[in-house]
Amino acid sequence: MDWEMVIGLETHVELATRTKIFCSCTTEFGGAPNTHCCPVCTGMPGTLPVLNRKVLEYAVKTCLALNCEVTRYHKFDRKNYFYPDLPKAYQISQLYLPIGRNGKVPIRVGQEEKVIRIHELHMEEDAGKLVHDNWIDQTRADYNRCGVPLIEIVTEPDFRSADEVIAYLEKLRSTLEYLGVSDCKMQEGSLRCDVNLSVRPVGAAELGTRTEMKNLNSFKAIARAIRYEARRQQERIEMDHKPVIQETRRWDENKDASFSMRSKENAQDYRYFPEPDIPPVELDGAELERMRASLPEMAEARRARYERDFGLPEYDAGLLTGTKALADFFEETVALGLAPKEVSNWMMDVLLRTLKEKGLEPKEMLLTPETLGTIIRMVQEGRLNRTTGVKVFQAVFDENADPAAYVKAHGLEQIRDTGLVETTVREVLARCAAQVEEYRSGKEKVYGFLVGQCMRALKGKADPQIVNQTLREMLKNG
Amino acid sequence: MDILDLSALALGRAIQKREVSVEEATRAALDAIEEANGQNNAFITVLPDEALARAAAVQRQIDDGTLTGPLAGVPLAIKDNICTKGVKTSCASRILGDFKPPYDATLTEKITAAGGVVLGKLNMDEFAMGSTSETSYYGPTRNPWDLGRVPGGSSGGAAAAVAARECWYAIGSDTGGSIRQPASYCGVTGVKPTYGTVSRYGLIAYASSLDQIGPLARTAEDCAAILDAIQGRDARDGTSLERDYGGLLASLDGNLDGMRIGIPAECFADGLDAEVSRRVLAVADVLRGRGAVVEECTLPIMEYVVPTYYIIACAEASSNLSRFDGVKYGWRAEGYRDLTDLYNRTRTEGFGDEVKRRILLGTFVLSTGYYDAYYRKALQVKAVIQQAFDRAFARYDLLLMPVAPTTAPRLGESLSDPLQMYLSDIYTVSVNLAGLPGLSMPCGPDGKGMPVGAQLVGPALGEGKVLRAAHAFQLDTDYHTLRPQAAEGGAH
Repeated sequence: MDWEMVIGLETHVELATRTKIFCSCTTEFGGAPNTHCCPVCTGMPGTLPVLNRKVLEYAVKTCLALNCEVTRYHKFDRKNYFYPDLPKAYQISQLYLPIGRNGKVPIRVGQEEKVIRIHELHMEEDAGKLVHDNWIDQTRADYNRCGVPLIEIVTEPDFRSADEVIAYLEKLRSTLEYLGVSDCKMQEGSLRCDVNLSVRPVGAAELGTRTEMKNLNSFKAIARAIRYEARRQQERIEMDHKPVIQETRRWDENKDASFSMRSKENAQDYRYFPEPDIPPVELDGAELERMRASLPEMAEARRARYERDFGLPEYDAGLLTGTKALADFFEETVALGLAPKEVSNWMMDVLLRTLKEKGLEPKEMLLTPETLGTIIRMVQEGRLNRTTGVKVFQAVFDENADPAAYVKAHGLEQIRDTGLVETTVREVLARCAAQVEEYRSGKEKVYGFLVGQCMRALKGKADPQIVNQTLREMLKNG
Repeated sequence: MDILDLSALALGRAIQKREVSVEEATRAALDAIEEANGQNNAFITVLPDEALARAAAVQRQIDDGTLTGPLAGVPLAIKDNICTKGVKTSCASRILGDFKPPYDATLTEKITAAGGVVLGKLNMDEFAMGSTSETSYYGPTRNPWDLGRVPGGSSGGAAAAVAARECWYAIGSDTGGSIRQPASYCGVTGVKPTYGTVSRYGLIAYASSLDQIGPLARTAEDCAAILDAIQGRDARDGTSLERDYGGLLASLDGNLDGMRIGIPAECFADGLDAEVSRRVLAVADVLRGRGAVVEECTLPIMEYVVPTYYIIACAEASSNLSRFDGVKYGWRAEGYRDLTDLYNRTRTEGFGDEVKRRILLGTFVLSTGYYDAYYRKALQVKAVIQQAFDRAFARYDLLLMPVAPTTAPRLGESLSDPLQMYLSDIYTVSVNLAGLPGLSMPCGPDGKGMPVGAQLVGPALGEGKVLRAAHAFQLDTDYHTLRPQAAEGGAH
C-alpha cells in the first residue's frame, strides 16, 4: 500500500519590536536573568497589560503579506494554565477573533507550484524560561522573555512532504525578513515550529490520527523529524497493527528520534475566555490602508525588477532575492556605481560560495557592499587580476578588512610596468629556447606553457593582457 | 468640636487656615485607631511612623504653597487590595503572606499628589469576595454601630474606619457592591464610579471587568472632592476612560429642579425588609422638596442579576487568582513533593473557603463543555441588563433603589449560608454589570438603631447627577452626621 503524509504547521514568530507586547521592557535577547523585567511582565498582583501598537502593526503587515483577511474588530483572550515560566498563570493570546484568517502562501518545490492555506494568524505573549541547575538541583525562572511579542501562524493540513514544509518555511522566513517584522533566528528561538502530522493511504478521504511534534530547532531537524514520524506512524499501522495515538511528541536531535510527551487524555483544558483588561481593538479602514501602502517591496517584486531592469537571468535574480539581506547587499553594491551583472556574477560565483563554505547566513556576514565594490573596481581597473581579486575577497571576508590595504601589504597589485614585463618575457624565452622552437614550428599548444612560465616569473601579479601582447610580439619578431 | 467629627473637606479647610496642623490631625486619627482597632479590627496594617513623617512633609508643602487642594493634609486609609510600594498589601489573604509590592498603584500616586496622609491598610473580605468582611485571614471587622454585627463587605474595614472616626475618608473597591453595601451598613457615604473612571492599575484584581475603585466618606461633597482627585485616564490601564470630567465638587449646588428620578418597582418587592423599604422611599420626599420629579418605574432584570454576576465574577476571579501559586511571592507551603504538589498545598493552605468556592465555580463555568451554557450565556444576559438600564435612563436621570435587603446582620449568620449571602447582593451587582455609577448614603436608622442606606444609580458617566442628588439630600437631613455609640468617647 502507498502512504502519504498530511502535515499542518504551527509557527511561532517573535516580533522584532523594540519593547514588549504589554509593557515597555526591552525585547533584547539574552541579558542577565530577570533584568529585562518590570511588575507588568512578571505578572505582579494589580498590574495590567496595555497593547503595544507596534505589535498590532507588525501582525497586520504579516497578515497582508500572507494574503490573510484582516479582522478589523479583534480581541485578546486568556489561555489559562499553571507553569512557573508563566507568572500570571495565563497567556494573553487570541482564540475567538484572531487578527488574520484565510491566508494563502504560494510555494514551489522543484518545478511544482502549490498554495498553502493559512488557517489563522494571531498575536500572543511569550513565556519566560526555566533553567535547571544540576549542580545544586534547583530550577530557576528567568522572566526576561515574558511578554516578548509573538505571532502564531497556523496552516491548514496542506503539506504532503518534508520538502513542501521546508519550502513554505523558507518562503515564510523570507517574507518576515522582507517585512522587517522578525529577525527569524531559529537558534535564539525567534522562529519556532510545531509539526502536526498524520499518515493515510494515498487516495483516502479521511485524515489519520495526528501527532504534534515540538522542539524542532532547525530546518534540518524539521525535515528529519517529519520523515522519522511518518515512517514511525506507518510502521505502527502496517507492521504492529496498532492505531496511532493522538499525542504530543518531543523531537530529540541527538537521538534522531521523537518521544511521547503527553497524550490527548492528559491534554489541558485552557479555559479560554475574553481578556477583560484589554478593550477590543478596532482597526479603521484608513489605518489598514496606510499599513498596506507601507508594505515594502517583497521578494517576487524584486526578482521581477532585477530581471527587467538589470537584465539578470531568472535563476540569478531568484537566488539573490531569496533572502532580504542578500538582495539588500546586491542593491547597495550596485548603488556604488557598479554594473549589476558584474556584481551579480561576483555574488553568485564568489560570495554565495564563501557563505556556503563557512556555513553562514547572509545577514551574519560582516563584509560590506563597499568592500566588495572596492575589489570589483580594482579588478575592473586592472590593478588586480580576477584570480587575485577572488583571493583578496576571501582574505578580507571574515573581518571585512580593507582590500586596498591588504593588496598593498601583500604586494598583490597587478604589474602593469611594460618594461618589467618585456625583460621577464625575454628571460623566459631565452631559458625555454626548445619550446620556442617547437612553437615556431607550428606547435601552438606550447604557447600556453610559455604564458604560464612568464606569469610564474612575475609571481602571478602581471596583467595577463600585457603579458599576452608582449609574448606574441616577441615570438613573432624574435 | 472634635476634629474627628469634621468632614474631610472641613478638616482640609481648617488645615489650609492653619487652625489644625496636619500632624495634629494625623495624631488624632492614630490615637483613634489605637483605641478602636482592638474592637472593630478595621485595619490590617497601621503606619504610625510613616504617617507622621508624611504629615510633616505635607505640612511643609502646604506652608510653602505648593499644596493647596481641598484634601491636602487630610489623613485617610486604603483598602488592602490596592498596592502601596514597600507596604504590605495582603488582600486579607494568607496566600499573599507579607507581600510588599515593588510599585505604587495609580490610586496611591494620585492620593499622594492630592496631599493625602495614609494611616494604614484596611481589612476586607479575602480578595474582596464576600459581603461581610468575615472572610479575612486577619479576622473579621466588626460594625462600629454594634460590635456583634458585620460592617458589610468587602470594603468593611473602610466603612468601619470612616464610621468609627478613625480616618476622614477611605478608599475602597467595588466589584458587586463592595463599597456601597458596607457604606450602607456603617452609615457612611460611598461611591462606585462609572467603570473606567478611576485607574485599576495596582488594584489586585478580583473580577477585572467589574472592579472599580471609589471613595467612602462622611458626605457626598467629600466623595466628590475625592473623585476629583483620583479619577482620570491612565496610560497603564487600557480600560480607563478619557473623559471631560469637569469638577464634581464645584457642581454641587443643592438644586434638583427638573431632575427625573425613577423608583424601580421590582426593587421594592418580596425580600426587602419593611423598615429598609420605608426609609429608602422616604428619600424620595426629600428629593421632591429640592425640585426633583420622582416616580415609580420598571427595571425587569432582578431575577437574572445575581446568577449573571456570580458567573462572570467567579470566571474572571478563577483566572486572576491563578498567579498565587507559591512560586514567586507570598505564602509557599512546606514539604511538597513536586511542582503539582507545591501548587496544591500552597493554594489549599493559602486560600480561605469562600475564595476556593468562587475559584471552583469560575473554573467550572469556563471549562470545555460548560463555557457556552454558563459563561457565554452570562455575557448575553449582561448585555440585556445593560439594555434595561439604557431604557430606564432614556426616561430618568437617576434611579433610587435600596442598597441591601436588610441592615447589617449579626456576625456568623451569613457564613453558614453563602447562597443567602449571594442573594443579598441583588440591588448592587447589576450596577457593576452595566458599568454604571452608584452611590450609597445613610437615610436613617432602623428600629434597632442600625443605619439604612439608600442607593442612587446614574447613567454611565453620570457621577455628577448622582452626587448632586445625594448632596441635596444631605443638605436637608442629618443622617450622615450620626455617630455610632461604640465610637463615642473613643478618641478622648
